[in-house]
Amino acid sequence: MSTTLSDVIDHLARIEPGSHLDTLRVQRLQARENAQKSYLALFEPEYPGTVTALERYAVATFVAGLHRQQVVLDFYRAALLRLERPDVAELIDAEIARASVRGPYGRYPKGPLSAEDRDGPDYRVLLGYEEILGARLSAALEHAHLLVFRPRDASPAALQKLLDAGWSTTDIVTLSQLVAFLSFQIRVVAGLRALAAEPAHDAADLYRGPAFTGLLASGTV
Amino acid sequence: MSEQTLSYPDNHEPVAFTQEELGWLPWLEPFPADQLTERHWAGLVDASRAKSPYFLLLARDPDILQARTKTDKDIFYNIKNGLPRAERELAATATSRVNGCIFCASVHSRFVTQYSKRGADVQRLLDEGDGADIDSRWNAIVAASVALTKTPQEFSSEQVRNLRSAGLDDLEVLDVINGSAFFNWANRLMLSLGEPTPPAKHA
Repeated sequence: MSTTLSDVIDHLARIEPGSHLDTLRVQRLQARENAQKSYLALFEPEYPGTVTALERYAVATFVAGLHRQQVVLDFYRAALLRLERPDVAELIDAEIARASVRGPYGRYPKGPLSAEDRDGPDYRVLLGYEEILGARLSAALEHAHLLVFRPRDASPAALQKLLDAGWSTTDIVTLSQLVAFLSFQIRVVAGLRALAAEPAHDAADLYRGPAFTGLLASGTV
Repeated sequence: MSEQTLSYPDNHEPVAFTQEELGWLPWLEPFPADQLTERHWAGLVDASRAKSPYFLLLARDPDILQARTKTDKDIFYNIKNGLPRAERELAATATSRVNGCIFCASVHSRFVTQYSKRGADVQRLLDEGDGADIDSRWNAIVAASVALTKTPQEFSSEQVRNLRSAGLDDLEVLDVINGSAFFNWANRLMLSLGEPTPPAKHA
């Protein structure tokens, strides 16, 4: 699958060439270009290995949905639908609704930080869905939920479940990068949109405006 | 036959946030150092990273590792303008504190101390967490990083206004966003692919 977008973060954050945010992002050009290259390495890989496009976009749709970032969800869901598995997309929609909680939560190794332990759900794909999603994708969704909401609960046992479901060690690295990258991309988009929505970066000019108009109206200039 | 995870029954994981130097053990077999190809070396970016089990594990998918490393370097080390180094590391530390990455917080809190010379303030952030009251500028950077790290994100106009009131210009605000967002990436890899080990002197 190929996209014609030159920069997915700009697209999702609605950043136009020449805009204030564009001039900011240009000053971190290597980061901007490599955030895009990261996206391409994960979603249009030159060497896809044994992680399928369906797995990549299904997990991405789920992760974006868990973050309640509609614009990002729409983007990955549209890509998932192009793979002609509307049954998978529908189940992912249902699971997003069922699995969305607030994070981060989880436990620390027993000790002084145990006072900060926060309990929350250990997500499992709905009984019966695994037959449609398959063991691999079901295990990936469960692991993605762990990474999104309670990364400090991670364990060798969680990785063993992926291995047992057919993910190789290398596949797990790719899956982990994909979920972790989305955790970054979604936050950059959220941050940029918040910054764009708060444009009063030179308050002094705003105060000068009405005062000057007042002077004109009084005819003293 | 499926592969197996690695486990370390004798390791005593650190149980508190610290600025001391910790180690890290992988739960999955890193890529064998003696089989690295040109593509793997390109993924590692710095040849010295071939000594790290963390980077050797990530080298199993070299293309995403390379792009990730270059993103990281520009966000934290491109200091010809924008937010001072110490405060970019502060965003990384606050993010790691909220997500609970004791290893990441140890590395990056040491950087904050190194660049700011404010080790006691840094330790308060580690000890007290995101409620630590340090000063208006650090509080604003910590609060913005915390808001962005929550799922769903709680970062909004309020955090942007507070950062500006604390004296940050918009490029510096972008550096806070990038720094915190990047550690939401790093924390998830560090936390889920291995475990920290105690400082050498306690081992």
